[in-house]
Amino acid sequence: MNPWMQYLVWPLVKFLVAFIIVQAIVAAMNWIERRLLGLVQARLGPNRVGPWGLLQIIADPVKFLLKEDIVPANAEKVAYFLGPMLPLIPTFLVYCLIPFGPGPAFVSARVNIALLLILALTSTGVYGIILGGWASNNKYSLMGGLRSAAQMVSYEVPFGLSIVGVLMLCGSLDLVKIVDYQAANVWNLLPQIVACFIFFVSMNAENNRTPFDLPEAESELVAGYHTEYSAMKFAFFMLAEYSAMIVNCCLIVTLFFGGWTFAAFGHGLTSSVLQHWGWAGGILGTLIFFVKMMSFMMVYIWFRATFPRFRFDQLMDLGWKWMIPLALANIAVTAIFVLLGQERLLYWIGIAAIAAVVYYIRPRKGATEKRSLARPEKRIHATRVSEA
Amino acid sequence: MSDAGRQPSALTPDAQGLRLIMFDVHEMEVNFGPQHPSTHGVLRLLLKIDGERIIDAKPVIGYLHRGTEKLFENMPYPQCIPHTDRMDYVASATNNLGFVEAVEKLMGVTGTIPRRAQLMRVILSELQRISSHLLWLATHAIDIGAMTPFFYCFREREQVLDLFETYCGARLTLNCMRIGGMPDDLPPGWLDDLEEFIGTFESAVDEYESLLTNNRIWKRRTVGIGVITPEEAVDWGITGPPLRGTGLEWDLRRAQPYECYPELQFEIPVGVNGDTYDRYLVRMAEMRQSRRILEQCIPLIKATPAGDIKAKISRVIRPPEGEVYHSIESPKGELGYYIVSDGKGQNAYRIRVRPPSFVNLQALPAMARGHLVSDLVALIGTIDIVLGEVDR
Repeated sequence: MNPWMQYLVWPLVKFLVAFIIVQAIVAAMNWIERRLLGLVQARLGPNRVGPWGLLQIIADPVKFLLKEDIVPANAEKVAYFLGPMLPLIPTFLVYCLIPFGPGPAFVSARVNIALLLILALTSTGVYGIILGGWASNNKYSLMGGLRSAAQMVSYEVPFGLSIVGVLMLCGSLDLVKIVDYQAANVWNLLPQIVACFIFFVSMNAENNRTPFDLPEAESELVAGYHTEYSAMKFAFFMLAEYSAMIVNCCLIVTLFFGGWTFAAFGHGLTSSVLQHWGWAGGILGTLIFFVKMMSFMMVYIWFRATFPRFRFDQLMDLGWKWMIPLALANIAVTAIFVLLGQERLLYWIGIAAIAAVVYYIRPRKGATEKRSLARPEKRIHATRVSEA
Repeated sequence: MSDAGRQPSALTPDAQGLRLIMFDVHEMEVNFGPQHPSTHGVLRLLLKIDGERIIDAKPVIGYLHRGTEKLFENMPYPQCIPHTDRMDYVASATNNLGFVEAVEKLMGVTGTIPRRAQLMRVILSELQRISSHLLWLATHAIDIGAMTPFFYCFREREQVLDLFETYCGARLTLNCMRIGGMPDDLPPGWLDDLEEFIGTFESAVDEYESLLTNNRIWKRRTVGIGVITPEEAVDWGITGPPLRGTGLEWDLRRAQPYECYPELQFEIPVGVNGDTYDRYLVRMAEMRQSRRILEQCIPLIKATPAGDIKAKISRVIRPPEGEVYHSIESPKGELGYYIVSDGKGQNAYRIRVRPPSFVNLQALPAMARGHLVSDLVALIGTIDIVLGEVDR
């Protein structure tokens, strides 16, 4: 094959396809999130524009394009302009590296250090937020940017450490090999359940999503780092946030939930089975991948509807005092089992953890009332005064 | 950014130690409000912060000042009632109640108010307590970042407002009480609607509590935040749930009973630690107690003759010369009216309002000192101020 085609044109085409699909999901997420929040919160959500409000997906970008683009007085012009751009570039670049389906057709650039590259790229996204917050010449924006920095230093470390266990098990930084390893054995969720949990919490923190949405805490900092941004500049921040969410969901699916495969111990829809089916298998694999990814996006929304917000010192507390030691302990335990060549014993940790969770949330009769009243009785002693 | 550098200031001992050991304090002045999403109206706070730690918070009020007390002097007593609506605009029924009771006390007709009117007043003010607490919970929760309770609270508040609307036509500024009684009898079927609301409300409160009470994040954001000791609370003159949250059992419905509260059975929930979490629990328990009061009122009011809602007093309100102070337990604390009548004409010589929000707000700087900016919004929420009442 012509090297120009092989190394430039084809990857670009594949990247553009992935880019367009992911951007379509980002646009749709806006509508999905609002409708789902509405469902949880006993209201409707957007339902005016088009059938079921679906045209809201188009109406919002049009509105952003037509709004006035305001630059505050005394803003640092260059940095203010760069702020919304910077988080976009690394998240878009990551799409090149993620394998969306089986075979080379579904990954723009298969790099053998893909995971390391992704970690390096995603962590630069925060610079745009800090820069934008600082350049806005607004104290609330500045505080939002600083909170983002505090959040980054607390969560980037456990985020990276949680992946180490997976690396040790799979013995590769190549995402395709990690997926194939899971199809040949079992989803990394089981042996690496602690790492999966840490990864999930850290990715919530990294995306500034509830309960870690402190940089843009609307009740505290008005809108945080994007207080002064309007029109498309604001839309770019939104775009970057949702793109980063999708990137992280893709990552957690690839690392812990078997990527595009649906198999265990080599049985089921493994890469080779899917590739044997040709294009149909490829599309099926991609579909499996997207279903897994979207279910994690739904969890983001579910969390947003449920949790209050952490305070930023509490968040750092959680990151440094709990997440990092836990991640290190996970690495040590995994290392011992890998050295002994008994990786499969790690499955029991996952099974035990899942059993404990299921036992804890099992439906109990009258559980809600009991739990909601248990605590107040201890603290609040209601006194009967006069009974006339 | 104004960087005042090393300014000696009213630092907490904690922060002073921090300065000696670790860092310089770099004060930054921030305007919190009057246009800020979580100041619950037009409260403006001048914050001095070091990073996110609050060194000083100074409330600046007056953005909603309408001269209500001066207006009172220039109109006959009955015309004052709509103006009381606009003070604590989320609890107008209790505002009406305080005012009409004060005038009745000045005229010496308190004992002649028909029983049906008294029960109606109790029902309306307890419904108002529920709706005011629901609005407090909604905004308090969304300030701390919990989005969903906001909509759940508004769902039930809507039912209460519908009840108000069926009774008096208004949902917010009710103007629903008159000197000497009530303007109208209850419309047919109203008590059935009320019973329906009472039947579902307990489970609704359970639902809010299941989202918040045992939530670890909620507890971390509220337990130990803005602690007031009972002594401090008395010194500041704090009343209402913030006072009861400290453990003092002081509720004017019991301490200085009015209307038919003495014959109703209810408990006064009190807290232990005087922190934001206890104030939250107290208000949640108060909603349940209000529901209990409403439940008891229904058979009582059904036993009274329909239409007997006005005492026989003259149509022109002309109280004798004298002065009176009367206070009731509004959802936010002690709401008092001090009325001076010179005995001439139909206008009061002077009416002074003792609004609970205004007095409770004074404690905010002391509560906020040493906490973080994130806690400040929780503290503004927990003292439950309405700026219409603070500024009058």
